[in-house]
Amino acid sequence: MKVFRLIYKNAFRHKLRTFLTVLGLALAVMAFGLIRTFITAWYSGAEAAAPDRLVTRNAVSIIFTLPISYKEQILKIDGVKDVTYAAWFGGIYVDPKNFFPQYAVDQSNFFTLFPEFILPPEQFEEFKEERKAVIVGRRLADRFGWKIGDPITLIGTIYPGDWDFVIRGVYTGRDVNTDETAFIMRFDYLDEVMRRDSPGRAGQIGWYALKIDDPNRSAEIAKQVDARFKNSLAETLTETEKEFQLSFIQMSSAIILGLRIVSFLIIGVILLVLANTMAMTARERISEHAFMRTLGFRGYHLVGLILGESFFMAILGGLIGTALLAVVGNLVGIALSQFFPGFAPDTVAYLLCIGTALLVGLGASIFPIQRALRIKIVDGLRVVD
Amino acid sequence: MLEPAVQISSLYKSYYRDSLEIPVLRNINLEIPAGAFVALMGPSGSGKSTLLNLLAGIDQPTSGSLKVAGEEVSRLSERDLAKWRARHIGFIFQFYNLLPVLTAYENVELPLLLTHLSKKERKEHVETALSIVGLADRMKHYPRQLSGGQEQRVAIARAIVSDPSLILADEPTGDLDKQSAEDILHLLSRLNEEYGKTIIMVTHDPRAADKAKTIRHLDKGELT
Amino acid sequence: MIPINYTLRNIVKHKITSTLTVLGVSLVVFVFAGSMMLSQGLKATLVATGSDENVVVIRKSSQTEVQSILNLEQAQLVSTTPEIARGGDGSPLFTNEIYVLISLDKRSDSSAANVVVRGVTPQSLALRPNIRIVEGRMWQNAGSEIIAGKSAAERFTGCGLGEKVRFGAREWTVVGIFDAQSSGFDSELWGDIDQMMDAFRRPVYSSLTFRMADTTQFTAMKARLENDRRLPVEVLREKEYYANQSRTITTFLGITGTVISLIFSLGAIVGAMITMYAAVANRTKEIGTLRALGFGRMSILFVFFMESVFISFAGGILGLGAAYFLRFVRVSTTNWDTFSEIAFNFAISPDIVFSALIFAVAMGMVGGFLPAVRAARLKIVDSLRAV
Repeated sequence: MKVFRLIYKNAFRHKLRTFLTVLGLALAVMAFGLIRTFITAWYSGAEAAAPDRLVTRNAVSIIFTLPISYKEQILKIDGVKDVTYAAWFGGIYVDPKNFFPQYAVDQSNFFTLFPEFILPPEQFEEFKEERKAVIVGRRLADRFGWKIGDPITLIGTIYPGDWDFVIRGVYTGRDVNTDETAFIMRFDYLDEVMRRDSPGRAGQIGWYALKIDDPNRSAEIAKQVDARFKNSLAETLTETEKEFQLSFIQMSSAIILGLRIVSFLIIGVILLVLANTMAMTARERISEHAFMRTLGFRGYHLVGLILGESFFMAILGGLIGTALLAVVGNLVGIALSQFFPGFAPDTVAYLLCIGTALLVGLGASIFPIQRALRIKIVDGLRVVD
Repeated sequence: MLEPAVQISSLYKSYYRDSLEIPVLRNINLEIPAGAFVALMGPSGSGKSTLLNLLAGIDQPTSGSLKVAGEEVSRLSERDLAKWRARHIGFIFQFYNLLPVLTAYENVELPLLLTHLSKKERKEHVETALSIVGLADRMKHYPRQLSGGQEQRVAIARAIVSDPSLILADEPTGDLDKQSAEDILHLLSRLNEEYGKTIIMVTHDPRAADKAKTIRHLDKGELT
Repeated sequence: MIPINYTLRNIVKHKITSTLTVLGVSLVVFVFAGSMMLSQGLKATLVATGSDENVVVIRKSSQTEVQSILNLEQAQLVSTTPEIARGGDGSPLFTNEIYVLISLDKRSDSSAANVVVRGVTPQSLALRPNIRIVEGRMWQNAGSEIIAGKSAAERFTGCGLGEKVRFGAREWTVVGIFDAQSSGFDSELWGDIDQMMDAFRRPVYSSLTFRMADTTQFTAMKARLENDRRLPVEVLREKEYYANQSRTITTFLGITGTVISLIFSLGAIVGAMITMYAAVANRTKEIGTLRALGFGRMSILFVFFMESVFISFAGGILGLGAAYFLRFVRVSTTNWDTFSEIAFNFAISPDIVFSALIFAVAMGMVGGFLPAVRAARLKIVDSLRAV
């Protein structure tokens, strides 16, 4: 088609300008995609939640503990297949900056209830046998260069003192967004020391994880659990694992909101860059467009030409930006893997990038089109520059 | 005896397009005494504008000697050339080349910004130059608010404001109607006679050339 | 020197292009300043929470009051420290407090967030003279009455004056609202220490705070207390203690804000380059004229460079102006260091204004440099020939 050829030729009339515009678009589209991916990664913990698991915690707040004795009582509730527990350890490894999640768990069945943490059976056996044994995530082991058999010392912030552990296993994640940065120790080791040093705090765990037989009954089962401990010394709050995870994410919702706003502002920048180029183009072509109309071309022909050029650059920029996102996004994912397991651009991010580019292509051409249609032929021909 | 304003000997100028040499000026020898008013005539492509550019030091000769206002132009460095141009040359263009965003006053003042004159001194010079060209009442106007003839007069004021000895004019009447053209030519004659400026004017308009004291013809890059 | 008017009027003459470029730069500066103002707001709030004369004692390596546990004997031992200042009535300005987090629903979207409940002694108020009860009264029946910080009262269900809130197996009535001058205390609920220890069944303190008679003694006193084998404690200046609590979030915001602004700025720089290349192309003949009049290449370079700098400076001013209004926006977020919800306003500082403007000008310099070089490198003869 002749028209496409003209659009193409027009777009490259100012090679440098077109190059810069497309470059600007590509960078902004990439930035947009990165922020999207960042937000998705933020929520990935909740996405990874299993539908058939509930979490029971102290109703007052997550920093309050629950008695370990609740386990037997929860097991008796209809629909609950299995129960395990964990406590947040919150220790410091050498320097407070070396943050990673540390859980003290029920060694007997924690890994059974969390099958997404894949652990070789013989390592699981060793974990069950040795009190100071810990299992660490693959990425965490890579981060500090730990090997099986290495002794590790953590300084407790919640549980005072220096704690010695030995690495007895390394787990890997079953899914892309499974956290591979956790440090998992045995709760009974912790409890033994607490029983000796501050008996008042012994026998207290952080939260229970419940495996239920039917995800559809989760609300009903949660209610039953909470009813069981109503008016006891430690009332409980039971919710699905997803709700539990979301409640943590919700705490930083202001920051997420900020990021979302920024991603919209980026679209603003893309729009401005393209609109600027299109406005220049329109100004330069006034007499040309007027001349085309004297030849008999109609308004819609000009609309097509301008729109076509705008879309051409927008799509080119969008595609390059998406390609950049794929490369840069994955590089960032590797760099952030310690903190953000599961940081990888997804299909939605790519589609949003392309969609944004198209929208911008349309938005940027509105003003030049208006101008091209409004100007009278005589006036247009008179304009020299 | 006064030193000649321009001394040109064995001047050659060629352009290269790809690897093809296109000679523009061939063996030009010319001497113009101070106080002269010379019209350079010739058909399009005869090299007259190139010669003018060489005289103004905005283009470099391929070979030969070019002495203007006592200075061997081709030997000056770029920086010295700019200084020399600001001091000795007044340039008048066919399309006036006024800066559209500056007023007539500011346009005329431009060359003075390259000197060490104080603001007050600059004001005196600009006002004098504008009154010589008869536009003292149009100082605050922007170029688009002036007629073509008025614009060219502002351009002439700009060319003489720093009191250069040599005025180079490239088709100064080329874009003007008959009456305006006549005014401009009259103005140039006055600058030559009353103020003693040496003027070299490129033109292909015989009536313009008639106003000059001397007429030289260029054809196919050679003086005839 | 080519007059500044030449630059300014050209910017004004090309209204559309200049406006679009200015807007582009202003968006970037807005984001840049906004992220810094957010950090600054949190920092300012937390720094305001602490005072220079006060000292906080927590359990060694517990980092914050949430994790800290100090028993009654340890508290007793610290309270005998001779450096503690005395109040008007001769009693030491010393308090032991309990600090717990409870989960409450926000009024805005009924999502849950952690709120600090602080059990305090009468000396606690004496130690923080900038806290005043502005509505209602102090508790009289300590067993069922509490007072709430201004922000907590606004944001959480059941925390307003006269409302009832349930925690620690009891129902509490909010009988007073206190204003802590936009410090972190504004986001807390306060009650009597003994009642709180009872309600939460915690026979231990979280932290000890006291006023020093002579702050120059701090270092010596800190060393003495921390080396005491009976005291597994950490001794910190109150201001420093609270300032440290903004570290994780401000570091996060600092890195994220900078990375985003930098990527973002590439867009604005490209925009400025397009504009400036167009300016050079449109004014090629003017460049030739100026050169023919005797202006050197550096003058030309400078003119276009400055034009770009002016445009981006205008963008910087606009972006900062818009960001300035963020000061009236109140944000509440969980502070990752303390795990509790804290409310604060975006805050601006001379540093932020300065760096935002530097950033804007830098964008203009980077974006304007290549086009300015192109303008300066044009040959006079060629540029005069341009239409």
